[in-house]
Amino acid sequence: MYHKTTPYRIFSFFNTTFLLVLSVLCIIPLVHVFAVSFSAKAAADANLVGLWPVDFSVEAYKKTINNPVFLGSLWVAVKRTVLGTFVILLTACLAAYALSKENNQFKGRSVYAWIFVFTMIFNGGLVPFYIVIQKLGLTDSFWVLILPGAVNVWLTILLMNYFRGVPRELEEAALIDGAGQFGILFRIYLPLSLPALATLGLFAMVWHWNSWFDGLLYLSNKEDYPLATYLQTVIVSRDMSSMSFSKEEFDLLSQKTINAAQIFIGALPVLIVYPFLQRFFIKGLVLGSVKE
Amino acid sequence: MATWTRTWPFHLMVWPALLFLIVFNYVPMAGIVMAFMDYKPWLGFTGSPWIGLDHFRALFERDDSIQVIWNTLVISVLKIVFNLIVPFTFAILLNEVRKRLLSRTIQTLVYLPHFLSWVILGGILVNFLSTDGGFANRVLGFFGLGPVFFLGDGNWFRVTVVVSEVWKEFGYGTIVFIAALANINPSLYEAAEVDGASRWKQTLHITIPSLLPMAIVVGTLSLGNILNAGFDQIFNLYNSLVYDKGDIIDTFVYRTAIIDGDFGFATAVGLFKSVISMLLIIVAYRLAYKLANYRVF
Repeated sequence: MYHKTTPYRIFSFFNTTFLLVLSVLCIIPLVHVFAVSFSAKAAADANLVGLWPVDFSVEAYKKTINNPVFLGSLWVAVKRTVLGTFVILLTACLAAYALSKENNQFKGRSVYAWIFVFTMIFNGGLVPFYIVIQKLGLTDSFWVLILPGAVNVWLTILLMNYFRGVPRELEEAALIDGAGQFGILFRIYLPLSLPALATLGLFAMVWHWNSWFDGLLYLSNKEDYPLATYLQTVIVSRDMSSMSFSKEEFDLLSQKTINAAQIFIGALPVLIVYPFLQRFFIKGLVLGSVKE
Repeated sequence: MATWTRTWPFHLMVWPALLFLIVFNYVPMAGIVMAFMDYKPWLGFTGSPWIGLDHFRALFERDDSIQVIWNTLVISVLKIVFNLIVPFTFAILLNEVRKRLLSRTIQTLVYLPHFLSWVILGGILVNFLSTDGGFANRVLGFFGLGPVFFLGDGNWFRVTVVVSEVWKEFGYGTIVFIAALANINPSLYEAAEVDGASRWKQTLHITIPSLLPMAIVVGTLSLGNILNAGFDQIFNLYNSLVYDKGDIIDTFVYRTAIIDGDFGFATAVGLFKSVISMLLIIVAYRLAYKLANYRVF
Protein backbone atom coordinates (compact mmCIF):
# COMPACT_ATOMS: atom_id res chain seq x y z
CA MET A 1 0.00 0.00 0.00
CA TYR A 2 1.48 3.30 -1.09
CA HIS A 3 -0.25 5.14 1.80
CA LYS A 4 2.17 3.69 4.29
CA THR A 5 5.46 4.40 2.52
CA THR A 6 7.72 7.11 3.91
CA PRO A 7 8.09 9.11 0.66
CA TYR A 8 4.31 9.23 0.28
CA ARG A 9 3.89 10.40 3.87
CA ILE A 10 6.39 13.19 3.32
CA PHE A 11 4.64 14.16 0.11
CA SER A 12 1.29 14.02 1.85
CA PHE A 13 2.45 16.36 4.59
CA PHE A 14 3.79 18.99 2.19
CA ASN A 15 0.82 18.60 -0.13
CA THR A 16 -1.70 19.18 2.65
CA THR A 17 0.25 22.17 3.95
CA PHE A 18 0.47 23.66 0.47
CA LEU A 19 -3.26 23.26 -0.18
CA LEU A 20 -4.14 24.73 3.19
CA VAL A 21 -1.96 27.78 2.52
CA LEU A 22 -3.60 28.22 -0.88
CA SER A 23 -7.09 28.00 0.55
CA VAL A 24 -6.28 30.49 3.31
CA LEU A 25 -4.99 32.84 0.58
CA CYS A 26 -8.47 32.69 -0.93
CA ILE A 27 -10.05 34.36 2.07
CA ILE A 28 -7.21 36.58 3.33
CA PRO A 29 -8.41 39.76 1.56
CA LEU A 30 -11.87 39.26 3.04
CA VAL A 31 -10.45 38.70 6.52
CA HIS A 32 -8.35 41.83 6.11
CA VAL A 33 -11.40 43.92 5.21
CA PHE A 34 -13.25 42.47 8.16
CA ALA A 35 -10.37 43.40 10.47
CA VAL A 36 -10.13 46.95 9.10
CA SER A 37 -13.87 47.51 9.41
CA PHE A 38 -13.76 46.78 13.15
CA SER A 39 -10.59 48.77 13.81
CA ALA A 40 -10.16 52.30 15.11
CA LYS A 41 -9.57 55.05 12.56
CA ALA A 42 -6.04 55.81 13.74
CA ALA A 43 -4.89 52.23 13.51
CA ALA A 44 -6.38 51.80 10.04
CA ASP A 45 -4.89 55.08 8.81
CA ALA A 46 -1.46 54.10 10.05
CA ASN A 47 -1.78 50.76 8.20
CA LEU A 48 -1.36 48.84 11.40
CA VAL A 49 -4.25 46.47 10.76
CA GLY A 50 -3.44 43.05 9.42
CA LEU A 51 -5.78 40.13 9.89
CA TRP A 52 -7.21 41.06 13.30
CA PRO A 53 -8.95 44.28 14.40
CA VAL A 54 -6.69 46.81 16.17
CA ASP A 55 -8.36 48.90 18.91
CA PHE A 56 -11.74 47.28 18.32
CA SER A 57 -14.42 49.79 17.30
CA VAL A 58 -17.89 49.64 15.74
CA GLU A 59 -17.85 53.34 14.88
CA ALA A 60 -17.59 52.66 11.12
CA TYR A 61 -20.67 50.43 11.20
CA LYS A 62 -22.61 53.03 13.22
CA LYS A 63 -21.80 55.67 10.62
CA THR A 64 -22.67 53.35 7.77
CA ILE A 65 -26.01 52.38 9.25
CA ASN A 66 -26.83 56.05 9.81
CA ASN A 67 -26.03 56.99 6.22
CA PRO A 68 -29.44 57.33 4.50
CA VAL A 69 -27.99 56.87 1.01
CA PHE A 70 -26.44 53.58 2.05
CA LEU A 71 -29.66 52.40 3.66
CA GLY A 72 -31.67 53.42 0.62
CA SER A 73 -29.44 51.43 -1.70
CA LEU A 74 -29.58 48.46 0.65
CA TRP A 75 -33.38 48.53 0.42
CA VAL A 76 -33.31 48.76 -3.38
CA ALA A 77 -30.94 45.78 -3.44
CA VAL A 78 -33.24 43.71 -1.22
CA LYS A 79 -36.27 44.60 -3.34
CA ARG A 80 -34.59 43.77 -6.64
CA THR A 81 -33.16 40.53 -5.30
CA VAL A 82 -36.45 39.21 -3.90
CA LEU A 83 -38.63 40.33 -6.78
CA GLY A 84 -36.05 39.56 -9.46
CA THR A 85 -35.41 36.05 -8.18
CA PHE A 86 -39.13 35.35 -8.12
CA VAL A 87 -39.56 36.55 -11.71
CA ILE A 88 -36.59 34.50 -12.95
CA LEU A 89 -37.93 31.36 -11.27
CA LEU A 90 -41.43 31.93 -12.62
CA THR A 91 -40.38 32.39 -16.25
CA ALA A 92 -37.91 29.50 -15.91
CA CYS A 93 -40.48 27.04 -14.48
CA LEU A 94 -43.09 27.76 -17.13
CA ALA A 95 -40.74 27.75 -20.10
CA ALA A 96 -38.63 24.83 -18.86
CA TYR A 97 -41.69 22.64 -18.38
CA ALA A 98 -43.00 23.25 -21.88
CA LEU A 99 -39.57 22.88 -23.45
CA SER A 100 -38.94 19.63 -21.58
CA LYS A 101 -41.67 17.93 -23.65
CA GLU A 102 -40.83 15.86 -26.68
CA ASN A 103 -41.39 17.24 -30.14
CA ASN A 104 -44.30 14.88 -30.80
CA GLN A 105 -46.12 16.06 -27.68
CA PHE A 106 -45.40 19.77 -28.15
CA LYS A 107 -45.07 20.63 -31.80
CA GLY A 108 -42.81 23.65 -32.24
CA ARG A 109 -40.78 22.84 -29.18
CA SER A 110 -37.51 22.72 -31.14
CA VAL A 111 -38.15 26.08 -32.77
CA TYR A 112 -38.79 27.66 -29.39
CA ALA A 113 -35.71 25.99 -27.92
CA TRP A 114 -33.50 27.41 -30.65
CA ILE A 115 -34.94 30.89 -30.18
CA PHE A 116 -33.96 30.60 -26.51
CA VAL A 117 -30.50 29.18 -27.14
CA PHE A 118 -29.58 31.67 -29.85
CA THR A 119 -29.72 34.50 -27.30
CA MET A 120 -26.88 32.80 -25.44
CA ILE A 121 -24.52 32.83 -28.40
CA PHE A 122 -25.31 36.17 -30.02
CA ASN A 123 -26.29 39.59 -28.79
CA GLY A 124 -26.65 43.06 -30.22
CA GLY A 125 -24.08 44.55 -27.91
CA LEU A 126 -24.15 47.35 -25.41
CA VAL A 127 -25.29 50.28 -27.54
CA PRO A 128 -28.43 48.87 -29.21
CA PHE A 129 -29.48 47.44 -25.85
CA TYR A 130 -28.99 50.83 -24.23
CA ILE A 131 -31.14 52.50 -26.88
CA VAL A 132 -33.93 49.92 -26.51
CA ILE A 133 -34.00 50.55 -22.76
CA GLN A 134 -34.22 54.27 -23.44
CA LYS A 135 -37.01 53.94 -26.01
CA LEU A 136 -38.99 51.77 -23.62
CA GLY A 137 -38.76 54.55 -21.05
CA LEU A 138 -37.16 52.22 -18.52
CA THR A 139 -34.29 54.57 -17.67
CA ASP A 140 -34.50 55.85 -14.10
CA SER A 141 -37.16 53.27 -13.28
CA PHE A 142 -36.79 50.51 -10.71
CA TRP A 143 -38.07 48.05 -13.31
CA VAL A 144 -34.91 48.36 -15.38
CA LEU A 145 -33.29 46.21 -12.68
CA ILE A 146 -35.92 43.46 -13.06
CA LEU A 147 -37.34 43.24 -16.58
CA PRO A 148 -34.25 42.93 -18.80
CA GLY A 149 -33.03 40.06 -16.61
CA ALA A 150 -36.44 38.43 -16.19
CA VAL A 151 -35.41 35.41 -18.23
CA ASN A 152 -32.21 33.54 -17.51
CA VAL A 153 -31.82 31.14 -20.41
CA TRP A 154 -29.02 29.17 -18.78
CA LEU A 155 -31.03 28.46 -15.61
CA THR A 156 -34.08 27.66 -17.75
CA ILE A 157 -32.11 25.02 -19.64
CA LEU A 158 -30.74 23.53 -16.41
CA LEU A 159 -34.29 23.22 -15.12
CA MET A 160 -35.49 21.80 -18.44
CA ASN A 161 -32.90 19.05 -18.21
CA TYR A 162 -33.96 18.36 -14.63
CA PHE A 163 -37.64 18.11 -15.64
CA ARG A 164 -36.66 15.60 -18.28
CA GLY A 165 -35.49 13.29 -15.52
CA VAL A 166 -39.00 13.15 -14.03
CA PRO A 167 -40.67 9.87 -15.08
CA ARG A 168 -43.26 10.39 -17.82
CA GLU A 169 -45.61 7.91 -16.16
CA LEU A 170 -46.46 10.53 -13.55
CA GLU A 171 -47.69 12.91 -16.22
CA GLU A 172 -49.64 10.19 -18.03
CA ALA A 173 -51.34 9.09 -14.83
CA ALA A 174 -52.30 12.67 -14.01
CA LEU A 175 -53.64 13.22 -17.53
CA ILE A 176 -55.87 10.16 -17.17
CA ASP A 177 -57.11 11.57 -13.89
CA GLY A 178 -58.12 14.70 -15.76
CA ALA A 179 -55.36 17.09 -14.70
CA GLY A 180 -54.36 19.92 -17.04
CA GLN A 181 -50.78 20.77 -17.96
CA PHE A 182 -50.63 23.68 -15.51
CA GLY A 183 -51.88 21.40 -12.75
CA ILE A 184 -49.25 18.81 -13.61
CA LEU A 185 -46.51 21.46 -13.54
CA PHE A 186 -47.51 23.06 -10.26
CA ARG A 187 -48.73 20.00 -8.38
CA ILE A 188 -46.39 17.27 -9.59
CA TYR A 189 -43.25 18.65 -11.23
CA LEU A 190 -42.54 21.59 -8.93
CA PRO A 191 -42.88 19.66 -5.65
CA LEU A 192 -40.56 17.03 -7.13
CA SER A 193 -38.02 19.64 -8.16
CA LEU A 194 -37.53 21.53 -4.91
CA PRO A 195 -33.77 20.85 -4.68
CA ALA A 196 -33.31 22.05 -8.25
CA LEU A 197 -35.45 25.13 -7.61
CA ALA A 198 -33.46 25.93 -4.47
CA THR A 199 -30.24 25.76 -6.48
CA LEU A 200 -31.58 27.98 -9.24
CA GLY A 201 -33.05 30.38 -6.69
CA LEU A 202 -29.74 30.77 -4.91
CA PHE A 203 -27.91 31.36 -8.18
CA ALA A 204 -30.49 33.95 -9.22
CA MET A 205 -30.27 35.64 -5.81
CA VAL A 206 -26.51 35.94 -5.92
CA TRP A 207 -26.71 37.21 -9.49
CA HIS A 208 -29.20 39.91 -8.59
CA TRP A 209 -27.42 40.94 -5.42
CA ASN A 210 -24.10 41.28 -7.26
CA SER A 211 -25.45 43.11 -10.34
CA TRP A 212 -24.20 46.68 -10.51
CA PHE A 213 -23.74 47.67 -14.15
CA ASP A 214 -27.43 48.07 -14.99
CA GLY A 215 -27.86 50.50 -12.10
CA LEU A 216 -24.82 52.50 -13.16
CA LEU A 217 -25.91 52.69 -16.78
CA TYR A 218 -29.65 53.28 -16.57
CA LEU A 219 -30.24 55.07 -13.27
CA SER A 220 -29.17 58.67 -12.85
CA ASN A 221 -30.41 59.35 -9.31
CA LYS A 222 -28.04 57.99 -6.72
CA GLU A 223 -31.02 57.39 -4.43
CA ASP A 224 -32.27 54.72 -6.86
CA TYR A 225 -29.01 52.74 -6.93
CA PRO A 226 -28.96 49.17 -5.63
CA LEU A 227 -26.22 48.49 -3.10
CA ALA A 228 -23.77 46.99 -5.58
CA THR A 229 -23.96 50.08 -7.79
CA TYR A 230 -23.64 52.36 -4.78
CA LEU A 231 -20.51 50.49 -3.68
CA GLN A 232 -19.13 50.67 -7.19
CA THR A 233 -19.47 54.46 -7.35
CA VAL A 234 -18.40 55.23 -3.79
CA ILE A 235 -15.58 52.77 -3.26
CA VAL A 236 -14.29 51.74 -6.64
CA SER A 237 -14.82 54.96 -8.60
CA ARG A 238 -14.31 57.09 -5.47
CA ASP A 239 -17.25 59.38 -6.06
CA MET A 240 -17.62 61.15 -2.73
CA SER A 241 -20.73 63.19 -3.48
CA SER A 242 -23.09 60.54 -2.14
CA MET A 243 -21.28 60.25 1.17
CA SER A 244 -23.57 62.33 3.31
CA PHE A 245 -21.06 63.50 5.87
CA SER A 246 -20.25 66.91 7.18
CA LYS A 247 -16.61 67.95 7.20
CA GLU A 248 -16.30 67.13 10.91
CA GLU A 249 -17.79 63.70 10.49
CA PHE A 250 -15.55 63.12 7.52
CA ASP A 251 -12.48 63.90 9.58
CA LEU A 252 -13.76 61.81 12.45
CA LEU A 253 -13.62 58.62 10.52
CA SER A 254 -11.08 57.40 8.10
CA GLN A 255 -12.26 56.43 4.67
CA LYS A 256 -10.65 53.09 5.19
CA THR A 257 -12.78 51.84 8.04
CA ILE A 258 -16.06 53.09 6.51
CA ASN A 259 -15.18 51.61 3.13
CA ALA A 260 -14.29 48.35 4.75
CA ALA A 261 -17.56 48.29 6.69
CA GLN A 262 -19.58 49.00 3.55
CA ILE A 263 -17.73 46.35 1.56
CA PHE A 264 -18.25 43.82 4.30
CA ILE A 265 -21.98 44.51 4.56
CA GLY A 266 -22.16 44.21 0.77
CA ALA A 267 -20.52 40.79 0.89
CA LEU A 268 -22.42 39.57 3.93
CA PRO A 269 -25.61 38.21 2.26
CA VAL A 270 -23.50 36.15 -0.13
CA LEU A 271 -21.45 34.85 2.79
CA ILE A 272 -24.65 33.93 4.61
CA VAL A 273 -26.26 31.99 1.76
CA TYR A 274 -22.91 30.50 0.75
CA PRO A 275 -23.10 27.37 2.98
CA PHE A 276 -26.53 26.54 1.53
CA LEU A 277 -25.36 27.42 -1.92
CA GLN A 278 -22.36 25.13 -1.56
CA ARG A 279 -24.53 22.23 -0.51
CA PHE A 280 -26.56 22.65 -3.66
CA PHE A 281 -24.33 23.99 -6.39
CA ILE A 282 -22.24 20.90 -6.88
CA LYS A 283 -25.47 19.03 -7.49
CA GLY A 284 -26.60 22.02 -9.53
CA LEU A 285 -23.65 21.75 -11.84
CA VAL A 286 -24.50 18.16 -12.61
CA LEU A 287 -28.20 19.01 -12.93
CA GLY A 288 -27.54 19.86 -16.57
CA SER A 289 -26.20 16.42 -17.26
CA VAL A 290 -29.43 14.66 -16.29
CA LYS A 291 -30.73 13.31 -19.54
CA GLU A 292 -33.15 10.68 -20.55
CA MET B 1 -57.44 21.60 -34.15
CA ALA B 2 -57.10 18.49 -32.05
CA THR B 3 -53.39 19.14 -31.50
CA TRP B 4 -54.07 22.76 -30.57
CA THR B 5 -56.36 21.77 -27.68
CA ARG B 6 -53.54 19.65 -26.32
CA THR B 7 -50.64 22.02 -26.95
CA TRP B 8 -52.01 25.48 -26.16
CA PRO B 9 -50.92 25.28 -22.49
CA PHE B 10 -47.34 24.71 -23.66
CA HIS B 11 -47.43 27.75 -25.93
CA LEU B 12 -48.88 29.80 -23.09
CA MET B 13 -46.04 28.68 -20.83
CA VAL B 14 -43.30 29.58 -23.28
CA TRP B 15 -44.61 32.99 -24.28
CA PRO B 16 -43.92 35.02 -21.11
CA ALA B 17 -40.23 34.16 -21.33
CA LEU B 18 -40.26 34.51 -25.09
CA LEU B 19 -41.74 37.99 -24.89
CA PHE B 20 -38.89 39.15 -22.67
CA LEU B 21 -36.33 37.58 -24.98
CA ILE B 22 -37.87 39.28 -28.01
CA VAL B 23 -37.92 42.70 -26.36
CA PHE B 24 -34.54 42.57 -24.64
CA ASN B 25 -32.55 40.29 -26.93
CA TYR B 26 -33.99 40.22 -30.43
CA VAL B 27 -35.09 43.85 -30.79
CA PRO B 28 -31.58 45.07 -29.84
CA MET B 29 -30.18 42.77 -32.53
CA ALA B 30 -32.00 44.92 -35.08
CA GLY B 31 -30.09 47.86 -33.64
CA ILE B 32 -26.83 46.59 -35.08
CA VAL B 33 -27.69 48.51 -38.27
CA MET B 34 -26.16 51.43 -36.35
CA ALA B 35 -22.78 49.87 -37.03
CA PHE B 36 -23.27 50.89 -40.67
CA MET B 37 -24.52 54.40 -39.91
CA ASP B 38 -23.07 57.65 -38.73
CA TYR B 39 -25.63 57.46 -35.93
CA LYS B 40 -26.66 60.69 -34.27
CA PRO B 41 -29.20 60.40 -31.43
CA TRP B 42 -31.01 63.57 -32.56
CA LEU B 43 -31.37 62.21 -36.12
CA GLY B 44 -32.41 58.70 -35.06
CA PHE B 45 -32.43 55.59 -37.22
CA THR B 46 -34.28 57.18 -40.12
CA GLY B 47 -32.29 60.39 -40.28
CA SER B 48 -28.72 59.23 -39.69
CA PRO B 49 -26.68 58.76 -42.87
CA TRP B 50 -25.50 55.33 -44.01
CA ILE B 51 -21.74 55.03 -44.23
CA GLY B 52 -21.25 51.37 -45.15
CA LEU B 53 -18.20 49.74 -43.67
CA ASP B 54 -16.38 52.92 -42.59
CA HIS B 55 -16.56 52.03 -38.89
CA PHE B 56 -15.09 48.61 -39.52
CA ARG B 57 -12.30 50.11 -41.60
CA ALA B 58 -11.61 52.48 -38.71
CA LEU B 59 -11.62 49.54 -36.31
CA PHE B 60 -8.63 48.04 -38.09
CA GLU B 61 -6.87 51.35 -38.72
CA ARG B 62 -7.20 53.25 -35.45
CA ASP B 63 -4.25 52.68 -33.14
CA ASP B 64 -6.41 52.55 -30.02
CA SER B 65 -8.81 49.88 -31.32
CA ILE B 66 -5.99 47.67 -32.58
CA GLN B 67 -4.28 47.97 -29.19
CA VAL B 68 -7.54 47.11 -27.44
CA ILE B 69 -8.06 43.95 -29.51
CA TRP B 70 -4.48 42.91 -28.77
CA ASN B 71 -4.91 43.59 -25.02
CA THR B 72 -8.10 41.53 -25.00
CA LEU B 73 -6.38 38.58 -26.66
CA VAL B 74 -3.33 38.67 -24.39
CA ILE B 75 -5.35 38.91 -21.19
CA SER B 76 -7.99 36.34 -22.11
CA VAL B 77 -5.54 33.77 -23.47
CA LEU B 78 -3.49 33.98 -20.27
CA LYS B 79 -6.68 33.62 -18.22
CA ILE B 80 -7.88 30.63 -20.23
CA VAL B 81 -4.54 28.82 -19.96
CA PHE B 82 -4.13 29.34 -16.21
CA ASN B 83 -7.80 28.71 -15.47
CA LEU B 84 -7.28 25.30 -17.04
CA ILE B 85 -3.90 24.32 -15.60
CA VAL B 86 -4.42 25.50 -12.02
CA PRO B 87 -7.78 23.75 -11.35
CA PHE B 88 -6.51 20.59 -13.09
CA THR B 89 -3.45 20.42 -10.86
CA PHE B 90 -5.31 21.50 -7.77
CA ALA B 91 -7.93 18.77 -8.20
CA ILE B 92 -5.25 16.08 -8.50
CA LEU B 93 -3.43 17.33 -5.40
CA LEU B 94 -6.67 17.64 -3.47
CA ASN B 95 -7.47 14.05 -4.41
CA GLU B 96 -4.46 12.97 -2.37
CA VAL B 97 -5.90 14.50 0.80
CA ARG B 98 -7.53 11.46 2.39
CA LYS B 99 -9.11 13.12 5.41
CA ARG B 100 -12.70 13.96 4.47
CA LEU B 101 -13.08 16.94 6.79
CA LEU B 102 -9.83 18.53 5.67
CA SER B 103 -10.71 18.10 2.02
CA ARG B 104 -14.18 19.60 2.56
CA THR B 105 -12.72 22.58 4.42
CA ILE B 106 -10.26 23.31 1.64
CA GLN B 107 -13.04 23.10 -0.95
CA THR B 108 -15.29 25.43 1.04
CA LEU B 109 -12.56 28.06 1.24
CA VAL B 110 -11.49 27.96 -2.41
CA TYR B 111 -15.01 28.06 -3.91
CA LEU B 112 -15.94 31.18 -1.99
CA PRO B 113 -14.35 33.99 -4.06
CA HIS B 114 -16.33 32.87 -7.13
CA PHE B 115 -19.55 34.11 -5.55
CA LEU B 116 -18.29 37.56 -4.62
CA SER B 117 -18.74 40.25 -7.25
CA TRP B 118 -15.91 42.22 -8.82
CA VAL B 119 -17.31 45.33 -7.17
CA ILE B 120 -16.64 43.84 -3.73
CA LEU B 121 -13.33 42.31 -4.81
CA GLY B 122 -12.35 45.47 -6.69
CA GLY B 123 -12.98 47.51 -3.55
CA ILE B 124 -10.93 45.07 -1.54
CA LEU B 125 -8.08 44.72 -4.05
CA VAL B 126 -7.66 48.45 -4.73
CA ASN B 127 -7.00 48.86 -1.02
CA PHE B 128 -5.10 45.61 -0.60
CA LEU B 129 -2.70 46.35 -3.48
CA SER B 130 -2.24 50.08 -2.99
CA THR B 131 1.31 51.45 -2.82
CA ASP B 132 0.19 53.67 0.03
CA GLY B 133 0.44 51.07 2.78
CA GLY B 134 -1.60 48.31 1.13
CA PHE B 135 -1.39 44.93 2.79
CA ALA B 136 0.36 43.24 -0.15
CA ASN B 137 3.06 45.88 -0.38
CA ARG B 138 3.59 45.79 3.37
CA VAL B 139 4.24 42.04 3.15
CA LEU B 140 6.63 42.63 0.22
CA GLY B 141 8.32 45.41 2.19
CA PHE B 142 8.86 43.00 5.04
CA PHE B 143 11.00 40.92 2.69
CA GLY B 144 12.77 44.03 1.43
CA LEU B 145 10.89 44.08 -1.89
CA GLY B 146 8.71 46.59 -3.69
CA PRO B 147 6.75 48.73 -3.62
CA VAL B 148 5.05 47.26 -6.67
CA PHE B 149 2.54 49.38 -8.63
CA PHE B 150 0.10 46.52 -9.15
CA LEU B 151 -2.65 48.72 -10.58
CA GLY B 152 -0.62 51.67 -11.82
CA ASP B 153 1.87 50.02 -14.16
CA GLY B 154 0.60 48.49 -17.42
CA ASN B 155 2.57 45.25 -17.26
CA TRP B 156 1.89 44.72 -13.58
CA PHE B 157 -1.75 45.48 -14.25
CA ARG B 158 -1.97 42.56 -16.68
CA VAL B 159 -0.28 40.30 -14.16
CA THR B 160 -2.65 41.48 -11.43
CA VAL B 161 -5.70 40.93 -13.63
CA VAL B 162 -4.70 37.39 -14.59
CA VAL B 163 -3.60 36.37 -11.09
CA SER B 164 -6.67 37.83 -9.38
CA GLU B 165 -8.96 36.18 -11.94
CA VAL B 166 -7.30 32.81 -11.36
CA TRP B 167 -7.43 33.41 -7.62
CA LYS B 168 -11.18 34.08 -7.85
CA GLU B 169 -12.12 31.26 -10.22
CA PHE B 170 -9.69 28.36 -9.80
CA GLY B 171 -11.63 26.84 -6.90
CA TYR B 172 -14.87 26.83 -8.83
CA GLY B 173 -13.03 25.40 -11.82
CA THR B 174 -11.89 22.38 -9.81
CA ILE B 175 -15.49 21.18 -9.29
CA VAL B 176 -15.77 19.53 -12.69
CA PHE B 177 -12.40 17.82 -12.23
CA ILE B 178 -13.29 16.60 -8.75
CA ALA B 179 -16.48 15.13 -10.22
CA ALA B 180 -14.43 13.45 -12.97
CA LEU B 181 -12.01 12.04 -10.38
CA ALA B 182 -14.89 10.49 -8.48
CA ASN B 183 -15.93 8.68 -11.65
CA ILE B 184 -12.64 6.84 -12.13
CA ASN B 185 -13.09 3.13 -11.67
CA PRO B 186 -11.29 2.13 -8.40
CA SER B 187 -10.37 -1.28 -9.79
CA LEU B 188 -7.89 0.49 -12.11
CA TYR B 189 -5.94 1.62 -9.06
CA GLU B 190 -6.26 -1.79 -7.40
CA ALA B 191 -4.85 -3.49 -10.47
CA ALA B 192 -1.99 -0.96 -10.64
CA GLU B 193 -1.31 -1.55 -6.96
CA VAL B 194 -1.05 -5.29 -7.53
CA ASP B 195 1.37 -4.65 -10.39
CA GLY B 196 3.50 -2.62 -8.00
CA ALA B 197 2.95 0.83 -9.50
CA SER B 198 3.90 3.72 -7.24
CA ARG B 199 1.36 6.48 -6.55
CA TRP B 200 3.24 8.74 -8.96
CA LYS B 201 2.99 6.10 -11.69
CA GLN B 202 -0.71 5.68 -10.92
CA THR B 203 -1.23 9.44 -11.26
CA LEU B 204 0.70 9.52 -14.52
CA HIS B 205 -1.01 6.53 -16.13
CA ILE B 206 -4.49 6.48 -14.60
CA THR B 207 -5.48 9.80 -13.04
CA ILE B 208 -4.19 12.22 -15.68
CA PRO B 209 -5.45 10.25 -18.71
CA SER B 210 -8.86 9.91 -17.05
CA LEU B 211 -9.09 13.66 -16.54
CA LEU B 212 -7.97 14.61 -20.04
CA PRO B 213 -11.41 14.40 -21.73
CA MET B 214 -12.79 16.86 -19.17
CA ALA B 215 -9.78 19.13 -19.64
CA ILE B 216 -10.37 19.07 -23.40
CA VAL B 217 -14.02 20.02 -22.91
CA VAL B 218 -13.18 22.88 -20.55
CA GLY B 219 -10.40 24.08 -22.82
CA THR B 220 -12.37 24.03 -26.06
CA LEU B 221 -15.48 25.60 -24.54
CA SER B 222 -13.44 28.48 -23.18
CA LEU B 223 -12.49 29.30 -26.80
CA GLY B 224 -15.85 31.05 -27.04
CA ASN B 225 -14.68 33.47 -24.37
CA ILE B 226 -11.53 34.55 -26.12
CA LEU B 227 -12.86 38.05 -26.73
CA ASN B 228 -14.31 38.25 -23.20
CA ALA B 229 -11.40 39.39 -21.11
CA GLY B 230 -13.69 40.17 -18.17
CA PHE B 231 -15.53 43.50 -18.26
CA ASP B 232 -16.55 43.53 -14.58
CA GLN B 233 -13.05 42.90 -13.38
CA ILE B 234 -11.20 45.33 -15.64
CA PHE B 235 -13.80 48.07 -15.17
CA ASN B 236 -13.46 47.87 -11.39
CA LEU B 237 -9.67 47.72 -11.34
CA TYR B 238 -8.38 49.90 -14.16
CA ASN B 239 -7.61 53.60 -14.40
CA SER B 240 -6.33 55.92 -17.10
CA LEU B 241 -2.71 55.04 -16.23
CA VAL B 242 -3.09 51.52 -17.61
CA TYR B 243 -5.40 52.07 -20.61
CA ASP B 244 -2.58 51.24 -23.02
CA LYS B 245 -2.04 47.72 -21.64
CA GLY B 246 -5.26 47.02 -19.76
CA ASP B 247 -8.11 48.41 -21.84
CA ILE B 248 -10.19 45.63 -23.43
CA ILE B 249 -12.92 45.55 -26.10
CA ASP B 250 -15.82 45.74 -23.64
CA THR B 251 -14.44 48.63 -21.60
CA PHE B 252 -13.46 50.39 -24.83
CA VAL B 253 -17.02 50.01 -26.18
CA TYR B 254 -18.40 51.36 -22.93
CA ARG B 255 -16.20 54.46 -22.96
CA THR B 256 -16.61 55.07 -26.68
CA ALA B 257 -20.40 54.92 -26.40
CA ILE B 258 -21.28 56.27 -22.98
CA ILE B 259 -18.47 58.73 -22.33
CA ASP B 260 -17.60 59.87 -25.88
CA GLY B 261 -21.09 59.38 -27.34
CA ASP B 262 -19.72 57.76 -30.51
CA PHE B 263 -22.62 55.29 -30.81
CA GLY B 264 -22.00 54.11 -34.36
CA PHE B 265 -18.36 53.18 -33.87
CA ALA B 266 -19.06 51.56 -30.49
CA THR B 267 -21.81 49.42 -32.06
CA ALA B 268 -19.44 48.36 -34.82
CA VAL B 269 -16.78 47.29 -32.31
CA GLY B 270 -19.42 45.43 -30.31
CA LEU B 271 -20.77 43.73 -33.44
CA PHE B 272 -17.28 42.67 -34.46
CA LYS B 273 -16.88 41.05 -31.04
CA SER B 274 -20.33 39.40 -31.07
CA VAL B 275 -19.89 37.87 -34.53
CA ILE B 276 -16.41 36.48 -33.85
CA SER B 277 -17.56 35.15 -30.46
CA MET B 278 -20.58 33.44 -31.99
CA LEU B 279 -18.42 31.70 -34.60
CA LEU B 280 -15.96 30.62 -31.91
CA ILE B 281 -18.73 29.26 -29.69
CA ILE B 282 -20.15 27.19 -32.56
CA VAL B 283 -16.70 25.85 -33.44
CA ALA B 284 -15.96 25.16 -29.76
CA TYR B 285 -19.13 23.13 -29.21
CA ARG B 286 -18.54 21.16 -32.40
CA LEU B 287 -14.98 20.45 -31.30
CA ALA B 288 -16.00 19.46 -27.77
CA TYR B 289 -18.58 17.10 -29.27
CA LYS B 290 -16.06 15.59 -31.68
CA LEU B 291 -13.14 15.30 -29.25
CA ALA B 292 -14.90 14.31 -26.05
CA ASN B 293 -18.49 13.50 -27.04
CA TYR B 294 -19.73 16.42 -24.94
CA ARG B 295 -23.26 17.79 -25.40
CA VAL B 296 -25.15 20.43 -23.49
CA PHE B 297 -28.60 19.62 -24.79
